[in-house]
Amino acid sequence: MKPLLTRLAAILLFAGAGAIQFGHALGASADEIMTRSQRAFHYAGSDAKGRLTMELIDRGGGKRVRVLTMLRRNQEDGGDQKYFIYFHEPGDVRRLTFMVWKYLAREDDRWIFVPAVDLIRRIAAEDKYASFVGSDFTYEDVSGRDVAEDTHTVVREERLGERDTFVIESLPRAPSAFSMRISWIDSENFLPLKEEFYDAQGELHRVFTADKVEDIAAGEGREARVYPTATKRTMKNVKTGHRTEVSVNAVTYDLGLEDDDFAERRMRRPPSDWIR
Amino acid sequence: MRPLSPLIAALLVLLSTPSLGMEFDKDWVIDVRGFALGNFSGRTTGHVPAGPDGRAFILGEERVRLDLTGWTDAVDAQIRIKLDGVHDAVADDFEAELREAYLDYTAGDLDFRLGRQIATWGVGDLLFLNDVFPKDWVSLFSGRPLEYLKIGVDGLRARYSTDFLNAELLAIPRFEPDTVPSGKRFFLQDNYASVTDRREDLPDTTLGNTEVGLRLYRGIGGFDVSAYGYRGRWRSPGQRADNSENPARVTAIYPPLSVYGLSAQGHAAGGVLSFEGSYYDSRDDRGGSDLAVPNSQTRFLVGYQKQLWPEFTLGAQYYVEVMDDFDAYKRSLPAGFARTAKYWDIVTVRLTQFLGHQTWKLSLFAYYSPADNDYLLQPQLSYKVSDDLSVALGGNVFGGEKRTTFFGQFDQDDNAYLNLRYDF
Repeated sequence: MKPLLTRLAAILLFAGAGAIQFGHALGASADEIMTRSQRAFHYAGSDAKGRLTMELIDRGGGKRVRVLTMLRRNQEDGGDQKYFIYFHEPGDVRRLTFMVWKYLAREDDRWIFVPAVDLIRRIAAEDKYASFVGSDFTYEDVSGRDVAEDTHTVVREERLGERDTFVIESLPRAPSAFSMRISWIDSENFLPLKEEFYDAQGELHRVFTADKVEDIAAGEGREARVYPTATKRTMKNVKTGHRTEVSVNAVTYDLGLEDDDFAERRMRRPPSDWIR
Repeated sequence: MRPLSPLIAALLVLLSTPSLGMEFDKDWVIDVRGFALGNFSGRTTGHVPAGPDGRAFILGEERVRLDLTGWTDAVDAQIRIKLDGVHDAVADDFEAELREAYLDYTAGDLDFRLGRQIATWGVGDLLFLNDVFPKDWVSLFSGRPLEYLKIGVDGLRARYSTDFLNAELLAIPRFEPDTVPSGKRFFLQDNYASVTDRREDLPDTTLGNTEVGLRLYRGIGGFDVSAYGYRGRWRSPGQRADNSENPARVTAIYPPLSVYGLSAQGHAAGGVLSFEGSYYDSRDDRGGSDLAVPNSQTRFLVGYQKQLWPEFTLGAQYYVEVMDDFDAYKRSLPAGFARTAKYWDIVTVRLTQFLGHQTWKLSLFAYYSPADNDYLLQPQLSYKVSDDLSVALGGNVFGGEKRTTFFGQFDQDDNAYLNLRYDF
């Protein structure tokens, strides 16, 4: 818990009358940056669809591939969301579908549909730190973490590659899968370009990088928008040497998905324009 | 599994006819997938049953699955055909097994599926209340992969989806029984063991014999709630002897049955909680005195599932069957016949642990019946060698106080199995 102690010491040092106010101001702006980052990364558009290719690569270079289509709908910006996932590869899970209704205020609802036995079932969803389909990403990495779950501090501003970034330190308010996270947030489009996750021992555990960012256009005329999107991402477990590389293809935003598109009917029979 | 039905044959002809319709002509896209699968299961007890297929191996089969999907942009429809070519080394037999073959068509809020299809209802985990659809118990007891537990039905399914209520209606003109273990390959309890003249009386495929199932469902207070109704027949056979004193012939019969039930599944107590109940109205024996026809009964299930730590899930269930007319049943039972309990209950536990980025899976499913004091343990270890190749090693361990109870009868059928699967 060294980082926490360091931080406590810093707060104590600044415990003069004016310094407390300074601390508050900095904290608020860090929250604002993280909120904007979450909107840009996990809430872009009113809805979105993309085809993800995930390569799970072990230390020796052995590779396994998952191909899936993911759809997302924001129930409200920054609020609850619904996700739909359809597996294309590998063969033993082909056509399997997965649905998540994500709530900020309570546990998510998750369902799986196994077409080979025509079975829809709820699955236990308590562990958002569980691996997503065996990858180095957790469920929480995929669907986002509530900004209010951590306290955020702007540590510095620095250049990362070609981009200006805010470097944010986030400490969980309650025990979590990480003890500290350092994020490099693009100061222009607010996408996280890099994240370091530290474990309970304070050691570096996982590193996320956004390896390629593309501007995806949506809508026409006055509705035209551009959503910067991390189309190549990597999560590396530095302790095991295992990493997961994701490329996101055929991204579209603002498709006009309806609430009832995220229902049992679609899990059993996804519309062909979603999955082909 | 019974041979190809006329319905399916007609469907196959229909689908393979290129001149089906103008808009169907050129735009069909056909996707062909499949897998090769080997299932080998050896009896570990050293005993070999006397039946014609009694071997040290319960299963020794190679399958090739062809999985065809065809669709077109012209209409909201798709066809799907799943065909297994099977070589059964135990029975020394080659055969084609049509697992599923159907046409999907969507019109507005209605989805139709016509043809042979697998249907699953209810919230039980390997326990069935409102899931009245055919099952292959041999697969479950000898280590075929889970999808082979279900047998397709030939019929028409219509699903209606709205914000307020969803409905699913299934009509099955052709009766498909469960595949139950037989004395050919298994040691089992048989009240008529000495009778060699065995017949099967399958219901005719007529309008009057058409089975009908209805499911209504919607979300209520965070739970997925379903109501079910079914009018059809018992899937597992009753045994009708030609005379009770000195039987010379026994016929397997499938008596009329209606089932009414409810289920609910949702989040509670930090996990997923499931409830299901059903009433089995055995229409030909409401008095409960006909030995060949199962008694009416009430079934109830409660289940709970929770992730205890990353990649580890625990599931537990309690299930009970309550016989309607136990006294009448007792009176009808000849001396020497095995008696089932009035309250027949089962506890199950499922443990699942994934390891190594979900390439390894360790699991245990256990049935234990307090009423009969018998059990079935199903441990399994599976490994995904690559994205295409997987291997599973497992076992079925039966036992119990008596050899006349549901699991106890298979005491000498304990087996260890190996599944090898290659996807293409």
